[in-house]
Amino acid sequence: MRITLKLFASLSAHLPAEARARHCVDLEVAAGSTVLDVIRSQRIPPGQCAIVLVDGVWVAPADRAVRDLAEGEVLAIWPPVAGG
Amino acid sequence: MAWTKNVLRVNLEAGTCTTEPLNMAWAQDYLGQRGLATKYFVSEVDPQVDPLSPKNKLIFVTGPLTGTMAATGGRYSVITKGPLTGAIACSNSGGYFGAELKFAGWDMVIFEGASPKPVYLLIIDDQAELVWETEAALQKHHQDPQLRVAAIGRAGEQGVLYAAIVNDLHRAAGRSGVGAVMGSKNLKAVAVRGTRTDAYHLADPEAFFKASEAGKQVLAAHGVTGQGLPTYGTQVLMNVINELGALPTRNHRDVQFEGAMAIGGEAMHEKRPTDGKANLVTNGACFGCTIACGRISRMDPGHFSVKDKPQYHGASGGVEYEAAWALGAANGVSDLEALTYANFLCNEDGFDPISFGATVGAAMELYDLGLLTKEQVGFELPFGATEAMVKLAELTARGEGFGKEIGLGSRRLCAKYGRPDLSMTVKGQEFPAYDGRGLQGMGLAYATSNRGACHLRGYMVSPEVLGIPVKMEPQATEGKPAMLKAFQDLTAVVDSAGICLFTTFAWGLSDIQPQIQAACEGDWSEERLLLVGERIWNLERQFNLAAGLTGKDDNLPPRLMKEPAKTGPQKGAVSKLDLMLPEYYQVRGWTPQGVPTPETKARLGV
Repeated sequence: MRITLKLFASLSAHLPAEARARHCVDLEVAAGSTVLDVIRSQRIPPGQCAIVLVDGVWVAPADRAVRDLAEGEVLAIWPPVAGG
Repeated sequence: MAWTKNVLRVNLEAGTCTTEPLNMAWAQDYLGQRGLATKYFVSEVDPQVDPLSPKNKLIFVTGPLTGTMAATGGRYSVITKGPLTGAIACSNSGGYFGAELKFAGWDMVIFEGASPKPVYLLIIDDQAELVWETEAALQKHHQDPQLRVAAIGRAGEQGVLYAAIVNDLHRAAGRSGVGAVMGSKNLKAVAVRGTRTDAYHLADPEAFFKASEAGKQVLAAHGVTGQGLPTYGTQVLMNVINELGALPTRNHRDVQFEGAMAIGGEAMHEKRPTDGKANLVTNGACFGCTIACGRISRMDPGHFSVKDKPQYHGASGGVEYEAAWALGAANGVSDLEALTYANFLCNEDGFDPISFGATVGAAMELYDLGLLTKEQVGFELPFGATEAMVKLAELTARGEGFGKEIGLGSRRLCAKYGRPDLSMTVKGQEFPAYDGRGLQGMGLAYATSNRGACHLRGYMVSPEVLGIPVKMEPQATEGKPAMLKAFQDLTAVVDSAGICLFTTFAWGLSDIQPQIQAACEGDWSEERLLLVGERIWNLERQFNLAAGLTGKDDNLPPRLMKEPAKTGPQKGAVSKLDLMLPEYYQVRGWTPQGVPTPETKARLGV
């Protein structure tokens, strides 16, 4: 199935070079992949995944191994960041 | 003992500068900076005063940790009655000015009356006098590049109601129009040089060294304060909040902006196709800061806004998240260079980019509805019109043409053109960069903020987006009133101590308390500090009630209450303020009308 992976701030470095400016890449992943499966397959350090959203909805650290992704969903990840 | 115990009182009408001892009994109850100056202010000023009349006062104030080696210990605040809101105004700034004021030996400067002609205040240690000139001229005249200057620009002189006081060129006491009050007093600047080594004494220097050092280690080790903020600044939030569906766009018509990626923190790092250089040059820090979130930017010299203006081709203060949102998403403008130029003007001419940008957004909606015409504005003003936004920044700074109307803020603008409901404000002050429909706790924070819509009085984005200290669902209402009260009280403590609120992404009260305890005489337990924070909040509230505001002013515009978010994960959401506000009043110990009960006042001693 296809999902969209968005990586921001310092995590953008884990995207293919041509996708970095858009912070976004479409990925083909195995059906039933969890959020954590994608994090691992893309070699993103799990400890750097501070804000993890699927279609804009927060996925808590404890849920990442059990949150199954569905066709067309958008997984967006940030390292520890904040603003004001 | 970390106070200098000296107050400078400046009577602008008589032209006199006099010294008086700091009221140490009040310092024990209100700590310093925001709290202590508010106590002075409410004790001396009639709450009904016209904010722009000579009877209003203006207080510059430091905290006990300002000018110490505490991380971020460089803050000062300006307290007055705000002309935009008619409420208490308290605006906080970094840079180096605050520490310098402390080194000169002053906790606080109180300005009274109005000068018959433009003046500036010059402070060299314990000598203070009123004279006239501006920042570069001042440093040259006094042959001292370390002379620190807080000044108003043309906006403050022209009566822009959200004029700021800018120090160190691009740090600002930015919100609520404190610069307009300064302008109304014919006070152009405060210039200070402090060289005293005996200005203040720490109660326990060894304990303070250990506590402040421990605090710095916590900041350095934390992902947000050690890496995220220095690298990307606050601007990194642009894409986060957009993905979350809480980025107010086109005067809050929308909650997601298609141009967000082009104006966010990541974009500032990317090389421009035009000249191959990035907008961001480096990051910058205020006095004593080990975070260094500040953005220093250099524009594309070929950009239309500056191609004939070499004075803007050098590096200067770049856009932070709030400014980029207000100058960009709030208007539908996605040209990062144009936002940077408008931000340079805000710094140079001294006006708040949040209120300015949000007011332009309101004007664009009025134009879109046909309530404002090209003839009235002087040019076309559709959403997304980059050149129009830039032109309005120039006109507002100069007080010319339609800029005069933009300079009065969106409440007055929308009322004049028959649609007061389109003003995205609380108590007359424009919203910052989070939609109160998408983040329910932020909506409550806006509605109840003592200085009008503000993100810096109770930053519910921390729990609702970032999971700091715990994660709360954006649409949930349960537990939010109590969490907001805790944030508001803690923020009042931080704002009164002399340190930066951004430390609290990593620090809890247990990191701050040992620093205050070691610096200040007396017992400063966590419980006492939170009581100080609650006392400050209630004192500000009392002032606002006496000024004529009521619980009915704790509200949000009808758009946020009735028009559902159109897209994204918060689609369909409206603010549930009516569910949260009664509970908020209850946890505050206020009546159902939002008035502190006699028991609450007695408990807090206000």
